[in-house]
Amino acid sequence: MELNLQHVEDACKELYIRALKLLPDDVKQGINRLKSTETDARAQVVLGTMVTNIAVAEREDNLLCQDTGLPIYNVWIGRGVTVDGVRLKEAIRRGCERATTEYPLRSSVVHPITRKNNHTSSGIEMPAIHIDFMDKADTIEIEMIPKGSGSENNSFLKMAIPAEGILGVKAFVIESVVNAGGKTCPPTIVGVGVGGTSDQCVALAKRAATRALGTHCSDEEGAKLEVELSTAVNQLGIGPQGLGGDGTAFAVHVEPAATHITMNPVAVNMQCHSARRARVSITPQGVAYGF
Amino acid sequence: MAHYNLPTPVSEADIRKLKINDTVSLQQTLFGIRDATQIHLFDRGRKTKFDLRGHAVIHTAPNVRKVPVSAEFPAGYQPICIGTTTSDRMERFTEPLMNEYGVRMIVGKGGLRESSAAAFTKHGGVYLAIIGGTAALETTWIDQIEDVDLDDLNPESLWKFKINQFGPLLVAMDSHGGSIYQDVKADVAINKAAVLKRLGIV
Repeated sequence: MELNLQHVEDACKELYIRALKLLPDDVKQGINRLKSTETDARAQVVLGTMVTNIAVAEREDNLLCQDTGLPIYNVWIGRGVTVDGVRLKEAIRRGCERATTEYPLRSSVVHPITRKNNHTSSGIEMPAIHIDFMDKADTIEIEMIPKGSGSENNSFLKMAIPAEGILGVKAFVIESVVNAGGKTCPPTIVGVGVGGTSDQCVALAKRAATRALGTHCSDEEGAKLEVELSTAVNQLGIGPQGLGGDGTAFAVHVEPAATHITMNPVAVNMQCHSARRARVSITPQGVAYGF
Repeated sequence: MAHYNLPTPVSEADIRKLKINDTVSLQQTLFGIRDATQIHLFDRGRKTKFDLRGHAVIHTAPNVRKVPVSAEFPAGYQPICIGTTTSDRMERFTEPLMNEYGVRMIVGKGGLRESSAAAFTKHGGVYLAIIGGTAALETTWIDQIEDVDLDDLNPESLWKFKINQFGPLLVAMDSHGGSIYQDVKADVAINKAAVLKRLGIV
């Protein structure tokens, strides 16, 4: 399949807007699930307001949250897809810029030193574009994640050492969630990266935080850690918006990578309750949107 | 736990009545400020044309559409989506906002810390918690962008919103030293010790 780059550009514009408006079903269900078991009266009101907001956004065709975030595009290229990689990245960037200027969206992106905002949601290395490959014929999939700053500002890396063991990893996760408190707009998805190099570890935490609710770590040990830590963080009492209650997190997600004999890195990245993402699949049959 | 309808600006007496867990709906005017707005006001010596005495400010940077100035859009901006950002980053600006500009209410999410609590007690101010991430709902409480200042900082300009029943907002920090965030923090510290113990961490 020869990839049509105009389709990519249009889809990348559409993806940004869709992600900001439509919350995936698994996240909606996550809020309802926490609400059904929440014992704190104040937290019940907070979760109820979140449910109302989703309905208002759908009714008014408006953005769920004002934070348009840092735009992230994750791309998976299937077998037999022919594309000029440099042009592909340009098309993604143009789609992101067009969403911002044509909708218009708030550009949340500034130069890191001058703090200048060029009102296009783009800049040096932004949007963040990650390209990978997949074993699927004649298909390209693009996932768009607008990553809000409230949760992103609470990202943590610890180059723990082997002597600290897995207990050191668990303690760091708990510590990070406590330090973040209500700043991350809980309930959150707590993403944990374990192992790898330092940069891999942080990227794994992001992948974990942006995974769909109800999915599990493909590594057996990682999946066990998810269950244990998911229970633990919801015993802290931080609650929705940090105002107290049971529902601190929808889940803890873990993504592992093999690491060095002398290393034990752990990273935490969180996704807020408005855990937005959108996905498109482009095939010879056409362009199909989902989550 | 009482509910108050407060038209702005308010007096110190209005604020001293409020206790944590009360709820408030604001009427008339709300000002929008953010990191850059306050960095420019307090670190770079810039001034605003607005009189903020007795007013409420919300930690925000809205999504807006630039339109021709009209009766409906007097500032030349149509609101699209207006929500609330994390307050904690702006902790150090609470005292000068109250002391230099006479602001009495800060609307935000995630809470503020000890120096803000001290400013609220000293000058007579409150922190009103809104539910972060519920901007679609918040936008329905805003009638109009009435005016704007320091607009070179857009979207972190100083916005003047005309509001209608803005709330209910939760009084999460009051002028008597009360703070739901401090109460939760104390509970979490106790819970954390138990959680770590259960995980086998001493």
